[in-house]
Amino acid sequence: MSAIEITGVSKVYAGGVRAVSDVSLSIAEGEFIVLVGPSGCGKSTLLRMLAGLETITSGTVSIGSRVVNEIDPAARNIAMVFQNYALYPHMSVYDNLAYGLRNRGVPKADIDARVAEAARMLEIEPYLTRKPKQLSGGQRQRVAMGRAIVRKPDAFLFDEPLSNLDAKLRVSMRGEIRQLQRRLGVTSVYVTHDQLEAMTLADRIVVLNGGRIEQVGRPLDVYHNPASTFVASFIGSPAMNLAEAEVMGGSVAIGGQVVANGISGVKDGKLIVGLRAEDIQPAAPGTGVPFAVRYIEELGALRLVHGSVEGRHLTMALSPDLPLADEMKVAVAADRLHFFEDDSGRRMTR
Amino acid sequence: MQTKRTVFGNRLLPYAFLFPQLAVTVIFFLWPAGQAVIQSFQREDAFGLSTTWVGLANYADLLHDPTYLNSLKVTAIFAPAVTLLSVGLGLVFAVCLDRLVRGSRIYAALLVWPYAVAPAVAGIMWWFLFNPSIGLLPYLLAAVGYRWDHSLQPTDAMILVVIAASWKQVSYNFLFFMAGLQAIPKSMIEAAAIDGAGPVKRFFTIVFPLLSPTTFFLAVINLVYAMFDTFPVIHATTGGNPAQSTNILVYKVFVDGFIGLNLGSSAAQSVVLMAIVVTLTVIQFKWVERKVNY
Repeated sequence: MSAIEITGVSKVYAGGVRAVSDVSLSIAEGEFIVLVGPSGCGKSTLLRMLAGLETITSGTVSIGSRVVNEIDPAARNIAMVFQNYALYPHMSVYDNLAYGLRNRGVPKADIDARVAEAARMLEIEPYLTRKPKQLSGGQRQRVAMGRAIVRKPDAFLFDEPLSNLDAKLRVSMRGEIRQLQRRLGVTSVYVTHDQLEAMTLADRIVVLNGGRIEQVGRPLDVYHNPASTFVASFIGSPAMNLAEAEVMGGSVAIGGQVVANGISGVKDGKLIVGLRAEDIQPAAPGTGVPFAVRYIEELGALRLVHGSVEGRHLTMALSPDLPLADEMKVAVAADRLHFFEDDSGRRMTR
Repeated sequence: MQTKRTVFGNRLLPYAFLFPQLAVTVIFFLWPAGQAVIQSFQREDAFGLSTTWVGLANYADLLHDPTYLNSLKVTAIFAPAVTLLSVGLGLVFAVCLDRLVRGSRIYAALLVWPYAVAPAVAGIMWWFLFNPSIGLLPYLLAAVGYRWDHSLQPTDAMILVVIAASWKQVSYNFLFFMAGLQAIPKSMIEAAAIDGAGPVKRFFTIVFPLLSPTTFFLAVINLVYAMFDTFPVIHATTGGNPAQSTNILVYKVFVDGFIGLNLGSSAAQSVVLMAIVVTLTVIQFKWVERKVNY
């Protein structure tokens, strides 16, 4: 278990492509960090630099108190779980788990004990003599986890480990990974493009975009105070509604239609307003903004109503008990509005 | 899996399409092979004027013929040596190229070239390179005190034909190993690196085992090649000499049949060869399915 310190790290590929730009991040001992972002945002490259599978163009990475820039993956004492599991197909599950220990000259009795312990923890004891081919996707995933656990590494690195599983299994494995990490207390860095995984697993989320950090924060902080329109649209499902708006004397207007009043601390002028779907609700009789319903998605516990206000597409999340109409009157929670700069998309301080 | 089925309007049309290939197979393969089997039970005089049925006598004679037994022994050295050398070098080149970041395409193209060279030409080229009076290599070997003469020294002659026969086959093996290496997921190698295995250990514990189906396939293919397709190489270099030391089975079939005009014995030898190739092929298909255990 060790803290990880990333200082001003950049990665420029031979062709001149800049994958990661000046990323700095302090990861505390035992912390579960999730790197999240769309494909091509540099999250996997950053993880691979931590693992030592990619060279670091500039900046430093330290694991524990040691700068590891020039240290081989083998000597960094990290363990990695790959998206395709990368199990050794010609070895039994036992040998897969034992491989890293044997390479490090761990005595045979210790190997037996550690493999047995990991197998028990992951409930893969019955499969130790099988080949990876004879296992289901979920079992392979457990073996891959086991291979990381037996090593007792300073850090776990996860590279989209759940994306090859079906939806149901993904949810249960997600829970198991979280519990396991809590129990073992090993510093973990987890890469995913799934914001739901990020929200549910992370102690802190790191949102990456175009090789740069957009925001670092605890899941709920990121959800409630997105630092930019990018984070706002990436974190949370359904995505936050974003609309061009105008503020004039404390009133917010979308397409000329005033949707909220009594706003303080925001300069007059054009900006982008953000509204969570759950912050738009049907208005009290006789008040509200006209909302033209286009289509409805039933989620069971929730009902997503897609429609428009003055031609701007908005989504609201309603309780399924509420009555529906083609034309509805809605009200927005003025104190729950988010304001972003029109040009940069950065969050405006109020 | 549902495969697409084409329905022909005319019942004879599919047979018409198959006819050219079948004709080639029947006229140039099945018929001569059948002839060989028949001839192997006959004895014919050199002018083809009289033919007598002798049953298994040709086969029985082979077992007591010291030159045939010698030829068997020569093949037992030649074929595995060619296989080992060409498969080994193919693997070495493929692994080297796999580690190369820049210019791998150029090297790959260059390494494939020898395969396009006709075997007889390849044989002649090595014959020139190793020619005791004008060749480059004997000149270099002389510098380290070795007198190369493949026209007198059986060992030298064997080395020459093994190298000449392996040379073009390396290209073929290289291609298969390249494909095999590319089929190994990169993440598996990375996982092994993180698991603390250095490059050499990774090769022997991960890469080579994963290539084993390719290796086995190539071993059989190369054995078959060395035993049956190396006639031009022998013919262009040593002609089976000196003292029968490079007279492999397939070359002896030619010498006994076309030079010695002992058609019956030649036919019997080719039937034996046929039996060997069938056996090797059966082993290959049986084994490859069983060996691939992942």
